[in-house]
Amino acid sequence: MSASHLPVLQVALPLIAAPICVLLRHPTLSWAFATLVSWALFTISILLLIRVMSEGVISYHLGGWAPPFGIEYRLDAVNSFVLLVITGIAAVVTPYARQSVAKEIAAPRHNLFYALYLLALTGLLGITATGDAFNIYVFMEISSLASYVLIALGPSRRAQAAAFQYLIMGTIGATFLLIGIGLLYMMTGTLNLADLSVRIAEAPDMRPIYAAFAFVTIGVLIKLALFPLHIWLPNAYTYAPTAVSAFLAASATKVGAYVLLRFVFTLFGQEFSFERMPLMEILMPLSLVAILVGSGIAIFQNNLKRLFAYSSIGQIGYLALGISFASTSGLTGAIVHIFNHAMMKGGIFLALGCIMFRSGSMEISALNGMGRRMPFTMAAIAIGGLGLVGVPATSGFVSKWYLIQAALEADLWPLALLVLLGSLLALVYVGRVIEAAYFRSPAPDAPAGCEAPWQMLLPTWVLIAASIYFGLHTEITVGVAERAAQTLLGIAP
Amino acid sequence: MSDGALILLALALPIAGALLLSAIGRHRLLREATSLLTSTALFATVAVLMPSVMAGARPAISLFEFAPGLAFAFEVEPLGMLFALLASFLWVVTTIYTIGYLRANDGPQQTRFHVCFSLALACAIGIAFAGNMLTLFFFYEALTLCTYPLVTHSGTEDARRGGRRYLAILLSTSIMLLLLAISWTWVETGTLDFRPGGILMGTVSEPVMALLLVLYVFGIGKAALMPFHSWLPAAMVAPAPVSALLHAVAVVKAGVFTIMKVVLYIFGLDAVRDFASGDWLLYVAGATILIASLIALRQDNLKRRLAYSTVSQLSYVVLGAALANAHAFMGGAMHIAMHGFAKITLFFCAGAIFTAARKTEISQLNGIGRQMPLTMGAFAIGALALIGLPPFAGAWSKYYLVLGTLDEGSHALLAVLLASSLLNALYFLPIVVRAFFPTGGDAAPVAGGISEAPPLLLIAISITALGSIVLFAYPQFLFNLLRPLVEW
Amino acid sequence: MDILTHINYWAAIALAAIGLYAVVARHNLIKKLIGLSLFQTAVFLLFITVGKVTGGTAPILDAAYELYSNPLPHVLILTAIVVSVSTLAVGLALAISIKRKYGTVEEDEINAADNSLEPDTEPNIGSGEA
Repeated sequence: MSASHLPVLQVALPLIAAPICVLLRHPTLSWAFATLVSWALFTISILLLIRVMSEGVISYHLGGWAPPFGIEYRLDAVNSFVLLVITGIAAVVTPYARQSVAKEIAAPRHNLFYALYLLALTGLLGITATGDAFNIYVFMEISSLASYVLIALGPSRRAQAAAFQYLIMGTIGATFLLIGIGLLYMMTGTLNLADLSVRIAEAPDMRPIYAAFAFVTIGVLIKLALFPLHIWLPNAYTYAPTAVSAFLAASATKVGAYVLLRFVFTLFGQEFSFERMPLMEILMPLSLVAILVGSGIAIFQNNLKRLFAYSSIGQIGYLALGISFASTSGLTGAIVHIFNHAMMKGGIFLALGCIMFRSGSMEISALNGMGRRMPFTMAAIAIGGLGLVGVPATSGFVSKWYLIQAALEADLWPLALLVLLGSLLALVYVGRVIEAAYFRSPAPDAPAGCEAPWQMLLPTWVLIAASIYFGLHTEITVGVAERAAQTLLGIAP
Repeated sequence: MSDGALILLALALPIAGALLLSAIGRHRLLREATSLLTSTALFATVAVLMPSVMAGARPAISLFEFAPGLAFAFEVEPLGMLFALLASFLWVVTTIYTIGYLRANDGPQQTRFHVCFSLALACAIGIAFAGNMLTLFFFYEALTLCTYPLVTHSGTEDARRGGRRYLAILLSTSIMLLLLAISWTWVETGTLDFRPGGILMGTVSEPVMALLLVLYVFGIGKAALMPFHSWLPAAMVAPAPVSALLHAVAVVKAGVFTIMKVVLYIFGLDAVRDFASGDWLLYVAGATILIASLIALRQDNLKRRLAYSTVSQLSYVVLGAALANAHAFMGGAMHIAMHGFAKITLFFCAGAIFTAARKTEISQLNGIGRQMPLTMGAFAIGALALIGLPPFAGAWSKYYLVLGTLDEGSHALLAVLLASSLLNALYFLPIVVRAFFPTGGDAAPVAGGISEAPPLLLIAISITALGSIVLFAYPQFLFNLLRPLVEW
Repeated sequence: MDILTHINYWAAIALAAIGLYAVVARHNLIKKLIGLSLFQTAVFLLFITVGKVTGGTAPILDAAYELYSNPLPHVLILTAIVVSVSTLAVGLALAISIKRKYGTVEEDEINAADNSLEPDTEPNIGSGEA
């Protein structure tokens, strides 16, 4: 198998593996198969990233048809990094899923679960790898549909209501994206992202382009769950099965951020998006509100998954803020935060799954005294939480460092203060969780829990340890992120 | 062993100790032995580094890079050496005290106690030896987090509340103000290294420098400058050994040490001395000195009175840094050591009184000097040292600070220093006097049957009390160590 | 502003507006899905009608003709129709499941049922019946 086909393998492998999972009736067999596939995907993405960093942009023509007539998979520093994040999260969550899914979903459906999981993975990877606008729409819908059903598999009936709400909002968002792509096609006659970026400047009439920009941005912001289009996220994360929450929390919105970056910088170009269209004026206030409101509402939540879901809304605000700066440090901060937040939030949700596995409850009161009963799990949540606050030596600090730098470089020091205020709000809700776990005694009728099984603890700690490691040794993550930022801004290829 | 390796060893020892303790923590004797060994080894390592620093060398080592141009680096210079020596020596003494205290007041979670203690000391060494502001910030934050379990050790609702306030104030100031200042410095100057003469002179304008000074000084919440001081009395819910080392030596000293380092190596003494927009710091420090002393007068709880006294004494150091002339800076730096020994003696005594007599309020201490003469004698020594009377430690630092105010020509600050000595006398001496000579009209003298404190506690108390006297008699060592800092 | 020449755009806009209105304003889940479908159909109309080139014939190569309509939008919309149908299928399946579990497909009744229970109780752990 020639290494040059790796880009399409990255997407085709889970696509083919999904129906095979349907055929593999036995739950453990389908799980094992899904795990192997996810590890293979992770390896492929590492190889692709190494190639991109050393050789430059990889351009793969599907079926041998040359772009712009054929579909092109175009890998540069930005999307190979995001591919790494998604496959990395999948590689960790899939081995974890076996016990968690066994507890939360009825046995005959496990193979269907893994099939859907692989389909969602296909969709996310496809969005990231492709260089064709319509392809983005198709893969986005593939991943969204699979996500709707995955969420609906949650143990409570509210999961279906949450999935339905997500379906309505997500489909509207995707259709907006489709309208935008359609308008762009009408004015330029091409669907290839690189080709579009050239032809937009030559379009006979700019008005449809402006309209296209608006539709595309709104559509993507729904997927990104930026305030105020975030309404689907808390319910979806809270009621989904825990492995699904962990996977989605760490990957789905990141891909949304990637699509935003792709459209705003590569397709429309920085000059068009920020100078002719008021993107900064819209994105910056919204992201600040997201940071403050998201973290603020999280403080008052009693359900742990909902608490961390609102925390995600706040963290997405950081992503959008970094994007709105449109400077090298801003984009570096945003892109490295894609990686860092995936590690931290993924680890936290996996740890929440461990708690759900042992105690069956996600109320914050169920955490009382957990520090003693499940020390490793709670330590993981504590460290992940400190990362969300941005304590030095965690990867959260690295992202905050670059975001503050970007704010100061833009002479917008009040923004730096607001970013730090977000950290303080995060401290409050993390403090609530830690206090419940370590300083309150358990209720008398609480089940005498013991530590979670090692098959669940190990993936959790892999992610949490990664969040600390990459908080200290930042050359890889920041190096790639900076290269990605330069690619987007047109400074480097 | 090269100096760089020694620095890493100094950091690794307490961390290794912590790991070892968490593994073998169940056996009390092993636990105590490990703590003692680790602390002694740390002091030995730090002491070995001392001769080269005295000779003028600056041992340094750089680890990996956090960001391009920003490395995780360590560099030992006189001020850091002073802090490291102080912290490591007093850790040995405190370990002795802690062993005695925990044996007498058996409590839960002693392994966690020792582990966090070790980690906190590792952070203190990290702060002392930090070579740039980023490394210092890392360990500064880590220190807050490591000491939080110690503050909330007893697990009561009061302890939790105190711990919450502790964490809230320290983390809020460091995240909102200090981190902002550090990022700003980085963006403006492109470096965070500690350099003699500072890195800001000539690269930033005066208004920016003034704003940065505000952010740095208030961001370093551990220095307990008003109005960000209330974490210190709140942290008194901790057991006495914790209060002793951490809040009389390591945590608060880390705060004022950081302020001194910032003034010396980020701003530069000339910048702070010469530009007028730094004057506000003199007023804040002076106000803190006076107001904290006044509040201390009204406290009946012994540890709270000591806490407010610490708030006041810390501002001596800040005052020395803010005046930024040779005498004042020297006085402030010396006061780090002098106050350390004196205050730790006082806290040790408070813990001893609690252990032997279960008393916490000052009004309950009438006549206790008869039953606990050694303890109260040491208390008297510590108190006199803080008041600033020879032949006890604080006299030298106060002397230099007074010289510093005279150099500046500030009679207001001179008055503040003298008034504060008076206030110190007013809130310390009655305790001592009434302990030995209970007046009939006051609350009934303490009941009989109280014995002297357990021997281990007495040993620790005696060492630090002796240290207060020794520091007075032989100040040249400190003087010679610190002199290169203020002479250009 | 000639309406007749741009009638395809007007039709698409009208249909999209009706569809979106149904999604937002109607509480019945099935009606929401119908609205969603209408909205997506409007977009398909937009795409397909744009493909027609005035005076062009069906896009099948023949020596007699020179001008062809653009087949690409048709291809794209075929894919999009598949996506839309899948979405509708999933949506309807969810609606059926909600009907089974809640006994109603009216959104306000569902919200009332969710809010009346203790927050976030999980009545059917492990059953996974859908």
